[in-house]
Amino acid sequence: MESSKLKREKDSQISDELNELRMESSELKKAKDSPISDESYRRSSFPDEVLERVISLLNSHRDRSSVSLVCKDWYNMERWSRTHVFIGNCYSVSPEIVARRFPKIRSVTLKGKPRFSDFNLVPQNWGADVHAWLVVFAAKYPFLEELRLKRMTISDASLEFLASSFPNFKALSLLSCDGFSTNGLAAIATHCKNLTELDIQENDIDDKGGGWLSCFPESFTSLEVLNFANVTSDINFDALERLIGRCKSMRVLKVNRSVSLEQLQRLLANAPQLTELGTGSFSQELTPRQYEDLESVFNNCKNIHTLSGLWEVKGLYLPALYPVSTHLTFLNLSYAVLQSDELAKLLVHCPQLKRLWVLDTVEDKGLEAVGSNCPLLEELRVFPADPFDEEIVYGVTEAGFVAVSYGCPRLHYVLYFCRQMTNAGVATVVRNCPDFTHFRLCIMTPGQPDYLTNEPMDEAFGAVVKTCRKLQRLSVSGYLTDLTFEYIGRYAKNLETLSVAFAGSSDWGMQCVLAGCPKLRKLEIRDCPFGNAALLSGLEKYESMRSLWMSACNVTMNGCRLLAREMPRLNVEVMKEEGSDDDGRADKVYVYRSIAGRRRDAPSSVLTL
Amino acid sequence: MSPPLLGVEEEGGQSNVTLLGSSGSGSTMESVCQNSAELKERNYMGLSDCSSVDSSVSSPLPEGKKASLNLKATELRLGLPGSQSPERNPELCLLSSQLDEKPLFPLHPSSDGHCSASQKTVVSGNKRGFSDAMDGFSEGKFLSNSKVDVLLSPRPSANLGLKPGSVLENLGTQPTKAKEITNQKAVQDRPLAANETRPNPNASANNNNGAPATKAQVVGWPPIRSFRKNSLATTSKNTDEVDGKAGPGALFVKVSMDGAPYLRKVDLKNYSKYQELSSALEKMFSCFTIGQYGSHGTGRELLSESKLKDLLHGSEYVLTYEDKDGDWMLVGDVPWEMFIETCKRLRIMKSSDAIGLAIDFSFDGAFLSARSPKGRGKVQEPELDTFRHDFCYPSSSLSGGENMEGHSRFFLKG
Repeated sequence: MESSKLKREKDSQISDELNELRMESSELKKAKDSPISDESYRRSSFPDEVLERVISLLNSHRDRSSVSLVCKDWYNMERWSRTHVFIGNCYSVSPEIVARRFPKIRSVTLKGKPRFSDFNLVPQNWGADVHAWLVVFAAKYPFLEELRLKRMTISDASLEFLASSFPNFKALSLLSCDGFSTNGLAAIATHCKNLTELDIQENDIDDKGGGWLSCFPESFTSLEVLNFANVTSDINFDALERLIGRCKSMRVLKVNRSVSLEQLQRLLANAPQLTELGTGSFSQELTPRQYEDLESVFNNCKNIHTLSGLWEVKGLYLPALYPVSTHLTFLNLSYAVLQSDELAKLLVHCPQLKRLWVLDTVEDKGLEAVGSNCPLLEELRVFPADPFDEEIVYGVTEAGFVAVSYGCPRLHYVLYFCRQMTNAGVATVVRNCPDFTHFRLCIMTPGQPDYLTNEPMDEAFGAVVKTCRKLQRLSVSGYLTDLTFEYIGRYAKNLETLSVAFAGSSDWGMQCVLAGCPKLRKLEIRDCPFGNAALLSGLEKYESMRSLWMSACNVTMNGCRLLAREMPRLNVEVMKEEGSDDDGRADKVYVYRSIAGRRRDAPSSVLTL
Repeated sequence: MSPPLLGVEEEGGQSNVTLLGSSGSGSTMESVCQNSAELKERNYMGLSDCSSVDSSVSSPLPEGKKASLNLKATELRLGLPGSQSPERNPELCLLSSQLDEKPLFPLHPSSDGHCSASQKTVVSGNKRGFSDAMDGFSEGKFLSNSKVDVLLSPRPSANLGLKPGSVLENLGTQPTKAKEITNQKAVQDRPLAANETRPNPNASANNNNGAPATKAQVVGWPPIRSFRKNSLATTSKNTDEVDGKAGPGALFVKVSMDGAPYLRKVDLKNYSKYQELSSALEKMFSCFTIGQYGSHGTGRELLSESKLKDLLHGSEYVLTYEDKDGDWMLVGDVPWEMFIETCKRLRIMKSSDAIGLAIDFSFDGAFLSARSPKGRGKVQEPELDTFRHDFCYPSSSLSGGENMEGHSRFFLKG
């Protein structure tokens, strides 16, 4: 979105300045060593304050990492000025090491479990508990303001500890986490007097009721971001209404489905300044008067650019959204069961849309409407409404995908769940949209070929990697031979994340990827015929990657032991299934680089080799 | 009625392989066939062709994996009503207790391998009296018979070849496509064979290598987060589940249409009368018309024999629904509010088969007597008497014999 675009431009501007500085610095060094250096050195020196100032403007953690590698001075200047630290794998480093290096952190982003834990492939007690981090932070960063966790375990006790240890605490974001209940949220609401952001998304919460929301004190007015769509039990609406009423700076509000349309109308009447809205249930029986009120309140919300929620949506009421839809840039309908004509009617009013998430109940016809009405679309995600119901065969197909690509040339992010696809369809899509950075195609039946030609889907993904040179993230599916991976290794030179399931013919496939993708950081593989040879071919590579996941492949314990022995700076963890034969196979392997050594909190089912 | 028979007969040549596999005894099979031969006279719907039934299951499965899966599918599962096959759709189990009252729709291609559960069980039910007497008389046979029917409808998507149950489908006389697909799958499976033989507690690898005949789901596939899974599950509840729930809730029911390759779901709460539902479905399936009966939704229409025929000949399709008791009824007989409370599933049926429905209602008088006390929109008795005379088996056969015993178990269920 706009602000991030500006940020990127700013960052690249700063990068340019840095490059100049770097060159000057190295010139300075040379000048210093040469006999005539003194004069020139004094003339072209610049104070550290300037350098610090420049570095402090850097936000991208990658740029900061680059900066810190230039020389010792720069390393030190960078570490003293860093206020936000991003840790992609909580086990790659220890909290003590982080605290030692960066003394002035105010914002932390931590990611824990491997991504496949979202799909129940990782045992419950695997780890990634944030508490040890909080303890160190309480000691070293008492002025911590922001904590963003993804796939971490956080208990209620930890939330209470957090709430009481950091008086300046402002923003808590929990995405795909577990281990806590609404009691923990109550602690945050009660004690964090300066809270500006509470963002609870897609977590595994022990929902004990909605009383937590009532814990915000009456004197509390600082909230700007409140997202509790994930916490489904009923909340006290009066408490919510009062909270919204007194938090005048609120800009993001995403309620849960217990909030009715009528209640939503009352909330919005008091918060016309909102920029992002997540509605509750959209299906209450409204009187004409109530409907008018709803329409007029949406009419007053001139700033809403992001809309989500719409649980149990009644197509009949969607027109109430038209005043808002004209300036929407992100529309999340992924929990709204809409048919194709309902979506089509709505999209006519959404010409500015850049991001759209829908359910596949809209079918190809709905996607045609996307292509016709949303020329600025950059991101499309189509989720399956009935992924496990095998009777429902329909949904979206290659036709819908192609239709979108014709209408939306700027499309660069796609997540597409379908039950049938063709090589030709994908080839057409990437021909129309060559700028894909994220291409995630999930053909839901494992190992399914092109349904028209019965060929493998190799050429589809071949077309993707050959055409989309900026591709950073790729998820493959369908019936794939090693050829797909040859293509990936040969062409996907910017690829950073690759997800593979039920694909490939032999070790060669994985070897191609490991040998050919220089920027690969995350590789996750399940149910593929890749074995030790493939695993070990990446020996040198894994240290330049964040992590490797392999489950239900042909890797054995011995292969893993060899890897662990050869690469001491990698943690090689094997998760054993209960009751599985001890036939030497390594069911689930998770390999990651770490400067913290082997972790000490692994459960008994996890073996670090 | 003839097409499926024909289709089935083509396969007549190959027979009994799978039965042998599942029952393990040739003599059993013979006895089965013999009994089915006896059945032939009685089984109006012609489902008794033992060989035809066998044959559709019997095409040699290219892989041991498939064979073992098939064995599972053909394992004797049907027992007394209420007994449940763990692999089956729960719907099926519900229905299995209502077998006697199911109309037979053997000609009905339904959307996929699992098809309208009723179809499967009906077929089985017809034979149930025998099945208990026979060892290894597998459910699979019945299933495959219905699958044969499925094959007769044009099906564009190859992915059906990968559906559970549709393994059986592919084995029949289908357009070569299905066969090729099966063969292709066999080829494709080999690269993944390494995973197949592994005992995998996740049951993932084994199930996915092109032989998803079991309904066991792969762990963590498709890759969807739990929150989304749970949210969607609560969104599209069945009537039963939503009943106790106060306030706005969706009433999603599945809609299948004969000949269409897919099912849809509709939210009955979106409509307030039959006409709205009908037009919505029409739009969705765009080639179906509801019969003129019952569109007013009040009272019961008396369907005289001639009127029924007119209606059914007049429109290509009729809309039927499955109620809470598992009976298939014609839509439109009851007031709308009652309809949405009891409707569990919708099916758009070819009117030619609806005639079969009427006939079947009449076929076995015992069925009728079990059902008529309910008297909801079913074909009236006087017309049925007529049918009974025409088609019913001689009364002597009604009084005794294994088949009646077998059936009577279900009569009482009415």
